[in-house]
Amino acid sequence: MAGMELRALRKSYGGLEVLHDIELSIADGEFVVLVGPSGCGKSTLLRMIAGLEPITGGEFRIGGRRMNEVPPRDRDIAMVFQSYALYPHMSVARNMGFSMEIRRRPAAEREGPVAAAARTLGLDRLLERFPKALSGGQRQRVAMGRAIVRDPQAFLFDEPLSNLDAALRVEMRLEIARLHQRLGTTTVYVTHDQVEAMTLADRIVVMNGGVIQQVGTPLELYDRPANRFVAQFIGSPTMNLLDLAADAAGLRLGNGATLPGPGSAAQLGIRPEHLELVSAEEGEIAAQAQVIERLGSDTNVFTEAEGIGLLLARVHGNVDLRPGDRVGLRLMRDRIHLFDAEGARLPTAH
Amino acid sequence: MAALRRTPPALVAGKYAAIAAYVAFALFPLYWLLKIALTPDALIFSDGTALWPSELTLDNFRTVIFQSDFMAYFRNSVIVSLSTAAATTLIAAAAGYAFSRFAFRGKRWVVALMLLTQMFPLLMIIAPIYKLVAAIGLLNSLTSLIVVYTAFNIPFATFLMQSFFDGIPRDLEEAAMIDGCTRLQALRVVILPLTLPGLGATLGFVFTAAWSELLFALMLINSNDAMTFPVGLLTFVSKFSVDWGQMMAAGVLALVPSCLFFLFIQRYLVQGLTSGAVKG
Repeated sequence: MAGMELRALRKSYGGLEVLHDIELSIADGEFVVLVGPSGCGKSTLLRMIAGLEPITGGEFRIGGRRMNEVPPRDRDIAMVFQSYALYPHMSVARNMGFSMEIRRRPAAEREGPVAAAARTLGLDRLLERFPKALSGGQRQRVAMGRAIVRDPQAFLFDEPLSNLDAALRVEMRLEIARLHQRLGTTTVYVTHDQVEAMTLADRIVVMNGGVIQQVGTPLELYDRPANRFVAQFIGSPTMNLLDLAADAAGLRLGNGATLPGPGSAAQLGIRPEHLELVSAEEGEIAAQAQVIERLGSDTNVFTEAEGIGLLLARVHGNVDLRPGDRVGLRLMRDRIHLFDAEGARLPTAH
Repeated sequence: MAALRRTPPALVAGKYAAIAAYVAFALFPLYWLLKIALTPDALIFSDGTALWPSELTLDNFRTVIFQSDFMAYFRNSVIVSLSTAAATTLIAAAAGYAFSRFAFRGKRWVVALMLLTQMFPLLMIIAPIYKLVAAIGLLNSLTSLIVVYTAFNIPFATFLMQSFFDGIPRDLEEAAMIDGCTRLQALRVVILPLTLPGLGATLGFVFTAAWSELLFALMLINSNDAMTFPVGLLTFVSKFSVDWGQMMAAGVLALVPSCLFFLFIQRYLVQGLTSGAVKG
């Protein structure tokens, strides 16, 4: 096991720079999730870590050793691909033991680690099968087994669950979390699914446009997003954003309500779960319920707020509301986020 | 479910009848070849278009094998076709892999140039080829045919191989490279076994093309020792007559290697080897 250091890492294709000065330290045994929208450069970064993409500039180290020019086979890493990438002409056992086979370890020596990994992943009875005779979930397990048998310094996962159905995804997520707890191997995991990121990560790296937006624990990102992009990307449903006007009295909402805060603030962010739903008379924002989504544990109330626009409130449990009902909304003051015109976070009054 | 999808028997019978009719149509010339090869010389014209020969004989085969130079032509053809197939497939596989996997300067130009070579009618370039081969002293040698056939088959074979490599996910060799392979090892251990259908198809295609090529063989070979079988067949045509029976017997014999070759490679031609490699 080993930590990783990414120093001013850059990647260009011809004249087009797609990753800009990536700075990141990954501690030994840490589970880091790279998350961001499609095309943000997260998979490219992972492939640079794997050695599958040349590094244009900067320096990359694993366990203190410079890796920029080291080919993938000598980086001592294992990767689980989105497509699983199982060798179709080899049995499950041979797929899993391939890294040892290519290093000319005798067959007898390969059996132990393959059997152990197969037991862990519940693949014992499938060892003689070929990939085409496996279900999606089983293929995913074999891909993970192959990585485990490799016994690497670091695991790399490239959107490993995105081809699975929702139920299987939850199951495999749990499996990956358990695996990391048991092995404690440094892991870099790429996903565009923020639930995967929030549930698996020790730290999340949010990327957009080839730039790291914020690095932090899941709760740091949720509670103190560094900018509007992170605020909107982390958390489901998405954070409400309200335009503000600043005047001598402080910050003024579209409906005229005032809030204390810096005069430069341009937008206020409030998560749906931090908007209290109250009676029309009690609220600081008057609104009309439009769509009500009952999820059982929670209820999403989409409202049209006067002078503001669409606002979503998330309420625990069920609420007795019908579309068209008048409601009041109250902002939890200690849960307000303020952003300037460029989207950077501003200090709040609380 | 199966009961719901059962096709009416009449439709099944109709389908088989249509297939049988097509197969009979396609195989009829081959049957006619065999029929005339087995008909005694004296009866070839008197039998006319009768479907069955009134008498059978193996004399034509005996004459062709033991009393003509056919076996020498046959050996020359085997040497030329096998060498051409092997050389072309090797080069085309390497080129196809490069086109499929690497981005390099001038790639588009090379592809365009290779396409361009396929646009000229062979008759147009036969004279310059003759001059070139003569200049390097390779006239009347099997080497000249191997070189020329290989050169002419490489572009198409390369595109064929490229399409096979394109069908194999890159993830597979990347996974192999992470598992500990060099690129060459990944190619040999992971990609090549999956390309066997492609290699089989290319080998078969090039072998057949070289086996039946007449134009270059006719122009570049004059000596009896270096003649290939298509040119050799013409020796059964003399100034005053055509030896139909022997010519057809030679034709039947010439079919044997092609059939054997396809029998050998057909198991590699089965598609679907990569299923299960990636999501699905």
